[in-house]
Amino acid sequence: MGFGPFLLLALMESAVTAATLALTAVGLSLVFGVMRVVNVAHGEFFMLGAVAAWFITNFIGGPPWFAFLMALALAPLAVAAIAALADRLILKRLDYEPEATIVATIGLLYIFQQAALSFYGPQAMPVEPPFNFRIQLPWFGYSAYKLSVILLAALVLIGVWLFLTRSKAGLVMRATQVDRETAQAFGIDTDRVYAAVFALGAGLAAIAAVLIVPIAQAHYLMGHDPLLLAFITVIVGGLGSLRGTVIAAILIGLSDGLIAFFWSPTLAKILATLLVAMVLVFRPQGLFGARTT
Amino acid sequence: MTKHLIGHAPSRRSVLKGMGAGLVAASAFPGYTWAQSSAPIKLGFQLHRTGIGAAYGRWYERTAQAALKVLNDGGGINGRPVEIVFEDDATDPKRGAEVVEKLASQAGCDAIFGPLFSHVVIGSAPRAGELKIPYLVCSEGYHVASGMLNRWTLQPGITDVRAQVSSMAPWVMQNLGKKVTMVYPDYAFGYDHRDFFTEAVKAQGGEVIAQIAIPPTETSFTRYLPQIPAETEVLYHVMVGPAVLTFVKELGDFYGSGARPQIFGFIDSLEAVDTATPGLEFLEGTHFWEGHNRVKQADASEAETFYRAAVGVDDNGASVSDAKDVSTYAHMFSCWETLFIIKQGMEAAGYQGPADRQKFVEAIEAMTAFEAGNDHPQGAKMFNGKTHQVFGHQFISKVEGGKLIRVHQTAIEDGMYPDAVDYTTQSF
Repeated sequence: MGFGPFLLLALMESAVTAATLALTAVGLSLVFGVMRVVNVAHGEFFMLGAVAAWFITNFIGGPPWFAFLMALALAPLAVAAIAALADRLILKRLDYEPEATIVATIGLLYIFQQAALSFYGPQAMPVEPPFNFRIQLPWFGYSAYKLSVILLAALVLIGVWLFLTRSKAGLVMRATQVDRETAQAFGIDTDRVYAAVFALGAGLAAIAAVLIVPIAQAHYLMGHDPLLLAFITVIVGGLGSLRGTVIAAILIGLSDGLIAFFWSPTLAKILATLLVAMVLVFRPQGLFGARTT
Repeated sequence: MTKHLIGHAPSRRSVLKGMGAGLVAASAFPGYTWAQSSAPIKLGFQLHRTGIGAAYGRWYERTAQAALKVLNDGGGINGRPVEIVFEDDATDPKRGAEVVEKLASQAGCDAIFGPLFSHVVIGSAPRAGELKIPYLVCSEGYHVASGMLNRWTLQPGITDVRAQVSSMAPWVMQNLGKKVTMVYPDYAFGYDHRDFFTEAVKAQGGEVIAQIAIPPTETSFTRYLPQIPAETEVLYHVMVGPAVLTFVKELGDFYGSGARPQIFGFIDSLEAVDTATPGLEFLEGTHFWEGHNRVKQADASEAETFYRAAVGVDDNGASVSDAKDVSTYAHMFSCWETLFIIKQGMEAAGYQGPADRQKFVEAIEAMTAFEAGNDHPQGAKMFNGKTHQVFGHQFISKVEGGKLIRVHQTAIEDGMYPDAVDYTTQSF
C-alpha cells in the first residue's frame, strides 16, 4: 500500500478514536470542572453504556437500525440515572471532599465492574451495527458505520456545547462551576446541579460506548483504556476546560492513531504519557486551562 | 458465643483435651484407608472463567461437566465416584499458580487438569511440579514437548501447535500459495505459530514474507492490517481474546470487495463466534484449521453424535438451548478426552490416593495410543510418553454457504517431530 492511502486509512481510524475519546473526556472534564470530583469510575460508566446497549438491543430485537437507535436513546439515560443515584447516595454524603471522592469512585469502579461480571458475564458480546454498508476505495474498504460514528459524536458535542452556552440549565451549571457559594446565594440548588452534572458526564461516556459497541464488543473490562485516555486528554486539555478537552482529544486521538499506525501502539501510549508529564511540568493548568488559585 | 472467644488464648487444658479427642477419634476409625478407597476421587479444574479466555472457560466447564456425568454413570474411576472442583484463574498466570496451590492444598485434589492459555500454563506448571501434583493441560502449546516444563505436567488431550501447523503446512502450500503473511497474538502461543509455521513453510519451498504480532488484549486491529504486504498470497491469521470478532470484521472491511490474498485462519480467531454474523460474509471461500469440526460433518461418527448430545451442542456447533451461544468446539474436546485419560491412568496405576500420584503419571507415560470412540470423540491419537505430548488428526475446513465444511484431514504422522526431551528420565 502506498503512502497516500496508508495515511488516509490512518487518519480515518484516528478520527474515530478521537471522536469517541472527545465524548468520554468531555464527560470527565465536565464532572471535574463543576464538581471538582476526579471520577475514577468514569471508564465504568463507559462500560455500563456498552453493556446496557447489548441488553437493550437484545431485548428489543427487530431490525438492527431500530434496536441500535433505541439503545442510543435509552442506554445513556439508564447510565445517567445510575450516576445520579451514585451522586445522591455516595458523593453528596462525602461532601465532595476531593480525597474521599477519589476513594469512593475507585470503589464504584470495582462495584460496577463486578456487577457487570455477575449480571452480564465475562464474555465479549457483539451489538449489530445499524447498517453494514462498506465504502470500497481503490486500496482498501472501510466500514461506513465507523465514519458515521465521527459524525454522530460531533453532533453530540455540538449539542453539549449549545446546552452549556445557550440553555438556562447550562448557565446554572457554569455559574456553579465558577463559584458554588455565590450560586447558592442566588438560589441555585447546587445539589441538583451536581447530580445533573454527574449524570450528564456519565451519559456522555455511555453515548461514546453505544457508538463504539458495534465496532468493539461489550465486555466487562472495556472501561480501562477509555479511562486512561480520557484522563490523559483532560490533563493535557486543562481540567474543566471543555474547549481544551475537545482540542486535546483530537490531538491525542490523531497522534495516538498515527503513531500506532506508522510505528507501534506501545510507542503511541509512551508518547501520550510523556506528553502528560511535560504538560504537568511546564503548564500544570493544561494547554487551555485557566490558571486557578 | 464467638464473642467470648475473642481475646482468649486457648488454655493448656483445652489444648490437651482437644489433642486427646483427636487421638481417640483417629484410633476409633481404623478403617480409614478402606473408607478412602470408596470416597470420591477429587479432580481440580483450572478454569478460565473470567479474563481473556472466558469464552473458552464457559464451554470447558460445560464439556467437563458432561464428561463427568458420563464417567460417573459408567461407574467412575476404579468404582469410585469422581468430583470436579472448578476454580477460576481469570486467565492470569499469577492467579493460575495460586489456583494450582489452592486446588492441591486446600481442596485436596488428586490431580488438576483443564487450563488452555499458554501463558497461564507456563506460569502455573512450576507450582504443580513443586507440589508434586499431576497437572494435565489442554493448552496446545509446544511448551510441554519442548522440555520447558516438568515431569508432573502432561498434555494427553490435544495436539500441540508445532504438530498442528507442520502437519497442515504442505496442504496450505500446495493449495493456497507460497508467500505467506502471518498475523498472530503477541505471546507464547503466538510464537509457537510464528516459529513452527515459518519453519514448515520453508521446508515446503515457501516463504513467510511478513510476521505481524498483535497484543492479545488489543481491541482495534485496522492499524495493523496495512502492514500486510501486497504480494502476499496467503494470509495466515490466528487471534485470541475478547476482541476476535472485531479482528475478523475489520479484516473483512479492510479487504472489502477488492483483491485479497487467500485466507487461512486458525479457528481460534472465530471460536465462540457465529460464522453467520453480519459483516463476516467475506469469509466465504476462506479456510480454517479446526481441531474438531464445529459443524457436524456428513460422515460424523457415532461417538461424535454421542459427544455432541452429551455436551449439548447442536449440528451447527452452538448450544442446543441458545443458537447464539456458539461453542469453542475445536478445542473443548480436550477436556473430555483428558478426563477419560485420567480414568485410564488411575485405573492402570491402581490409584488409591495422593501417595499414588507418581504411579499415575508413570501409567500415563506408558500409554502409546488412544482409539477413537466415546472416550476420544475427536478421533484416534498417538501419545509420546517421553515428551508427554499427544498427536492427533487435524482438519482443514472451508467456509461454504456460511458453514465450515471439512476439505482435508491430516494423518497423525504428518505432525510428528523428533523428541526434544525425555521427561521419563527426570526425577519426580
